This record gives sequence, structure tokens and C-alpha cells, in this order.
Amino acid sequence: MNRIYQIVRKDWAEVFKNRFVLGTVAFLPLMAALLPLGILYFIGSSPDITDDLDEIPSSFMALCNNLTGQECMQYFLISQFILLFMIIPLAIPISIASYSIIGEKTTRTLEPLLATPISTVELLGGKSAAAIIPGVAATWIAYVILVIGAALMGMGPGVMDNLLDPFWLIAVFILGPLLALTGVSVAVMVSSRATDPRAAEQVSMLVFLPVLLIFFAQMGGLILIDARLVLLMVLALVVVDAVLLTAAVRLFQRESILTRWK
Amino acid sequence: MISIKGLTKQFDEITAVEDLELEIRSGEVFGFLGPNGAGKTTTLRMLSALIEPSSGTAEVAGYRLGEDDQALRKNVGILTEAPGLYDRLSAERNLSFFAYLYDVEDVGARVERYLKLLGLWERRAEPAGTFSRGMRQKLAIARAMLHEPPVLFLDEPTTGLDPEASRLVREFIEGLKGEGRTIILNTHNLDEADRLCDRIGVLNTHLLAVDTPAALRRDVFGRKVVIHLAELLPEYEATISKFPFVDAVESIDARLVVTLDDPETQNPALVSALVNAGAQVQFVGEVRKSLEDVYLHLVSNGNTEAERGDET
Repeated sequence: MNRIYQIVRKDWAEVFKNRFVLGTVAFLPLMAALLPLGILYFIGSSPDITDDLDEIPSSFMALCNNLTGQECMQYFLISQFILLFMIIPLAIPISIASYSIIGEKTTRTLEPLLATPISTVELLGGKSAAAIIPGVAATWIAYVILVIGAALMGMGPGVMDNLLDPFWLIAVFILGPLLALTGVSVAVMVSSRATDPRAAEQVSMLVFLPVLLIFFAQMGGLILIDARLVLLMVLALVVVDAVLLTAAVRLFQRESILTRWK
Repeated sequence: MISIKGLTKQFDEITAVEDLELEIRSGEVFGFLGPNGAGKTTTLRMLSALIEPSSGTAEVAGYRLGEDDQALRKNVGILTEAPGLYDRLSAERNLSFFAYLYDVEDVGARVERYLKLLGLWERRAEPAGTFSRGMRQKLAIARAMLHEPPVLFLDEPTTGLDPEASRLVREFIEGLKGEGRTIILNTHNLDEADRLCDRIGVLNTHLLAVDTPAALRRDVFGRKVVIHLAELLPEYEATISKFPFVDAVESIDARLVVTLDDPETQNPALVSALVNAGAQVQFVGEVRKSLEDVYLHLVSNGNTEAERGDET
């Protein structure tokens, strides 16, 4: 456990001195919190917004039973941002893991590191924790800022209740960490084979595709992200993460990383 | 301390190390000499449990490869070919990170000790990326020694360093000799190997020869004595040749070059015979072949034999 902790400490000390990674960690959560708050403010000060209610998919309108037209619009637009809260725990861990693993290769620090008594599980455990914790923490902090900001802006109980709905809580507090684990597993697999951190990051970003598909499907009214769908995603990710994690540990071959890396 | 039996490493079609057999004693400084691609680094990587041998085995500091590699790694220190430092971290943080991974007790005191020992204490708070090449190498040596392992592997410790930094590193290694640590040194620097190593192994995929530097010189070229004369007459060569212990005699200008087994005991008889034959002996000395001559002879012969083997 101590070795995992040491890897985390070292990786944070190193990685957060990289402006690109630091920018990703700071910018995404800020955007996720401030963008919906800005939109809420804009809708709140525009009474004519209810004219656009017919733009909302009918499946969503069914959820607006007890809400006013303005609250329904606010609820709809804020719901679109839940996907941002799924992107943050994916993007930040991928960014950190890609830099920390390939960074060890490019600076030739991996050989002395592997020469220590550290096991592969401890090494990958440390690297994963160093990448997952900031991603999950950033997501949670952004969510807390969003809720507090909405309350301070005087949002009605309809919007506030929806923001604190179990659907949001499961998405942020359970789905988020699972997505972070997915991102890290993919980044470890790609970084074990890749030679350039940017290339590894770009290839790893393919993992965003399913999330984006869900986003466009909801925008088009094809699906509705509700508690049932989020729970289904949680169950699916538990299986996917178990498979990806096993594959990542297997693909992390100490010998081939050392001898094939030039 | 290190016992190697039939150690072989194959990378796809390429054999990096083949059938290495070697015993290295406790407290010995052993040098591997060999051209690029001879398998020196691969050998160190196998012995430090970084890569698995294709066949054969070895016991290092009481641990057999592949049985308890974590314990084995804890008992060896390795200076890798590239220093491999975390450039954004301070010298102190670079060392303390590794000290924790090696379960060193009282990390702060140990890090301080090695930073002071290598003259880096004053610059402990500076990022390793700002250090000169020599300082980086010293920091990497400190990292390899931090957990005070009984076996130390040094892969080309002075390559790329300026003469002053090389000297500092060499002096440090010389200082380690008295501590009873077993040190395996990979080097291209023959002078360094000659000065530092108790024994040398010339490696070119196979182990071509193993012995002390002096014995290698003797075994490869024999011992030669040069006798400077005021005037060289043809009969002097015959005078020398009649001694049964003389292996060969060459006349070069006013000198006789004589190949002998034991010059210390055989020289007086030679000198006496020459004086009795009327020669004026001006000076007697030993022809010293350099380790470089030995190395080049062994490697080129090894290559020729390998080529012959390929043809057959």
C-alpha cells in the first residue's frame, strides 16, 4: 500500500507541473459547472423562453409534470450537461495516465522503477489511482459548484429537486468513478504500446465515442437519460471495467516495454 | 555471490546472450567488456530480474532468478545505461521516492547520507533536470546504492561524461571496493576496467575469456621481455634460443624480444648468457600489452571463429 501511495505522490508532483495536464484538470470541471449555471441564469432572465418548449422531445416533456414552462426548459437544458459530468471523469484520467506512463518511458525512468521490488499490480495501482482520483474529485467538485451555484441563483424547487435527484447522484458519484476506471484502463493499454503521449491520448479518446453517441441520441430525442439508463450503464461498466482492467495488467509486459522501447 | 549457469537470452531470431557460465565472488569487482550489442546490458537486466532468461538460470545474492524476483531486486542496485531521473523533481525527492520503494528505514537520514557522499547535498532542492551530466550520473549512482544492496550493477557508469566527471565516478567506485560489495561493471572503457576490476569477462554473445587483467594479458600474448643491447650480433639470438624455457625470440634493431613464462626467475640466466657471449646489456624490461590489445585480439578472434562456425 505504501508503494502505491508513493507512486501517487510522485506522479502528482510530476504530472501537475505539466501545464497541459493541469489545464485539462482545471478547465473541464470549471466549464462543467459554469456553463449550465450561465444557461440557467440566461433562461431565468428570459421569460420568452417558454415559446421554445415545443423544441423539447416529447419523452422529456413527460417528466415536466409539476414544473412551470420555464422550469421545464431549465430542467431540460441542465439535463444535457449531465454528459459533461461523464466526460470529465474520462478525460482527466486519460490525460494523466497517458503522460505518466509514457513519460516514464521517454525519460528512461521506467527501467530503474521496474528494478525496484515494486510489483506490476502496485505500479499500475499507483498509476491508476494517481489518474482516477483527480478526475473523480474534479467531477464531484464541479457538481457541488453547480448545485450551490443553482441554489444561490434562486432556482425553483423543481430544478433543485431534479439536480439532487438519485439519477444525478448515481451518475456523478457511481458512474463517474466507473468511467474514470474505464479511461485509465484504456490509457494503460494504449500507453504500454504507444511511444508518444499525445498519440496515446488521442487513441484513448476513442473511448468517448459511446458517451457522445448517447449525447446525440438524447439531443435527437431517440433516448432519454434517466435513472434506469444510468443504472444500466453502471451495470455494463462494472463488467467492461473488469475486462479492461484484466487486459491492461496483461498487456503491461515489463520485458517488452523495456526491450522494445528505443 | 553470483552464480550463472547456462544463461541464454533470445529476442525472436536474435541471440543476445548464449550459454553464459560464470561465478562471481562476494566482494569482487567484475567487469564485462564487449562491443555494442555483445549482450552486456541484457546480462545485467537478466541478473537484476528485469527480463527473463530464455534458458539457464542464475543465483544472485542468494536468490534464484524467477523464484523470488521481488526479494532479488531488493538485494541488488542497478545503475542503468541512461540515468533515468525525474527531471521536474528535486534531487532529494528523486532519492526519497526510490528509498520508499525499497522500504528503506529512516528515509530522510539515508537520502542525506548519499547526497552528502556524492557531493550533491548543497543542491538537493534543485530539480534534477537542471543538473549537469556528471551530477545526474552521481545522483543515479546514489539511487542505485540507497538501499545498500550487497550486489551492485553499473552499466557504463562513465559513458558520455567529461574526464573530470568520469574521474569522480571512478574514484567513487574505487571507494566502494573496500566495502565488501559485489560490483558488476559494464564498460567500453578498457583503462577503467583495468584499474577497477579484479576480474574481467570479455563478452560477445558468448563469454570469450574470464580472468584478472594481468592473467588475460599473459594468457593471450604470453609474457615478453625486451633486452636492449649496445650492438646486436646474429649469434646472440642463437645464445638465447638454446634455453628450453624460451618460447620465441625476435630481433628488432638492437633489441631482442623474448617470450617467457616466468621472467622474474628466467631473466638472470638470459642476461648472464648474453654477457658471457660478449654482449653489452644496456637495459632489460617487460613488454606490456595493453588490455585494449587483449580485448581486440579476443573479440576479433571470437568473430572469426563465429564466422567459421557459420560457414560450417
